[in-house]
Amino acid sequence: MPLAPPITDIELLKSHPALARLLDSIGTAVQNAKFDRDELTIWIDRSSIREACAILRDDADCPFNYLSDLTCVDWYPSEPRFEVVYHLLSITKKERVRLKARLDGSSPALESVTSVWPSANFYEREVFDLFGVRFTGHPNLKRVMMPDDWEGHPLRKDYPVEGYR
Amino acid sequence: MPPTPASLAQSEQDRTVVLNMGPQHPSTHGVLRLVLEIDGETIVRLRPEIGYLHTGIEKTCEAKFYQQVVPLTDRIDYLCPLTNNLTYCLAVEKLLGLEIPPKAQWMRVLMNELTRINSHLVWLGTHAMDLGAMTVLLYCFREREDVLRLFEMVSGQRMMTSYFRIGGLALEPPLGFFEHVKKFADRFLGNVDEYEGLLTGNPIFLMRTKGVARLSAEDAIALGACGPTLRGSGVDIDLRRDAPYTGYENFKFKVPVQTEGDVFARYICRVQELRESIGIVQQALAGMPEGPVKADSPKVVLPDREKMKTQMEALIYHFKIITEGFTVPAGEVYQGVESPRGEMGYYVVSDGTAKPYRVHMRGPSYANLQTLAKMCEGVLIADVVAAVGSIDIVLGDIDR
Repeated sequence: MPLAPPITDIELLKSHPALARLLDSIGTAVQNAKFDRDELTIWIDRSSIREACAILRDDADCPFNYLSDLTCVDWYPSEPRFEVVYHLLSITKKERVRLKARLDGSSPALESVTSVWPSANFYEREVFDLFGVRFTGHPNLKRVMMPDDWEGHPLRKDYPVEGYR
Repeated sequence: MPPTPASLAQSEQDRTVVLNMGPQHPSTHGVLRLVLEIDGETIVRLRPEIGYLHTGIEKTCEAKFYQQVVPLTDRIDYLCPLTNNLTYCLAVEKLLGLEIPPKAQWMRVLMNELTRINSHLVWLGTHAMDLGAMTVLLYCFREREDVLRLFEMVSGQRMMTSYFRIGGLALEPPLGFFEHVKKFADRFLGNVDEYEGLLTGNPIFLMRTKGVARLSAEDAIALGACGPTLRGSGVDIDLRRDAPYTGYENFKFKVPVQTEGDVFARYICRVQELRESIGIVQQALAGMPEGPVKADSPKVVLPDREKMKTQMEALIYHFKIITEGFTVPAGEVYQGVESPRGEMGYYVVSDGTAKPYRVHMRGPSYANLQTLAKMCEGVLIADVVAAVGSIDIVLGDIDR
């Protein structure tokens, strides 16, 4: 089964409920979209990520009311270095969508989505702990996996797999 | 102001007491630490502290070839290793665009449901023991031993099976395997009746579970609950039915949903899942197709031992896969699977090389643990034990 080439033209992807809704309401914040391997990815401007999540959660036709996963990818040494990845699920319509926000490596910070989904609490703490991305407005942004006095963020690509310390 | 250790100790110091539960408490099923702020015997606030079992598996994955990650996935959720294997393999197969032969798919369903039974039996035994019913543990582990023997038959390992590989299965199931599964499946429903006879109508068990640690459907969704914890609160979702993978669309089964949202509702959901799982096992046995158990993709799937001894190409492919791995087209995939605990998701990013650029595991226990604080507001200390048991967490899955 050969892989179909990814679709990156926003016009062709408009039929997906999540993208249509976002283009209607905050069209300027939608940077890019890609449909690859049956999964839709939408890049959102980092300043609008909380707003985009709230819009998708409250959508009347296809509410993406469940935050499946929140994580981060480090593209070191290219810039923008970090991509924070949100996987949303619509429990009623069984649709999935992936949102992404790009962040610079110098002082990565992003608005927290804990006000949209309280479940983001642990996930954002994990990303903060392992990648060093700060989430503004998070109620308790502390390390969750590593000890409180740990130095460095282990999942960054410039952090060695072995031989630290 | 969020409850941190300092503020917990200072707030209303004359009325409440901070109590530390764990990380070596027997009923936390691992190294979970709970900081409880109590007023008399009532929980005012609860805060889980985790990370004691963090091993950095996600980081390790980035330094391994794709096929070398499979044994690591066993160690994440050690009560359902095959579900972890499956989720990872499905994600990489989706990245590769690889098609899996029907027999391998059906075997995956069969083994996956046996894993669910194995996991639920450990949960049922320990949960009942936490609440004072010692006998159930011995009954459950008796049947779990049978399931582990079946795992040993196919993979040579009781727990860390690594039986699913990218492109299919590691080995053909041995002769006589299906007869053994059939024997187990035929008597297992009677065993479930036994467990239910000990618990479902037991007045002590009912008093400890009914109406305890309630979670409403809205809170469950907002806090990210999944699996039986979510279905026990009346939200009808099961990825096996709603987003079928590895051929689940060929099977008929019911998704048990309870609306009460208490410990007992979650108990009922899981016990009924045991019955549904054995139904799926029966269907898989009845309809098991013939054919190969590995995909026809010599660059990805290791060749058979026999071919390596007679064919030069097979030997070369084997050498190349072992020494330099196989490359995966660049891209990213999120694969969700209904594990015994809920939605287990693997997010795999490929940059076109032979090693995954990033592997992220979305652990169902990590998600379910967040509901604990809400559940335990205003309950008694003894009920915290019931609540922890009812969300069925595995610490390996939380800390990774």
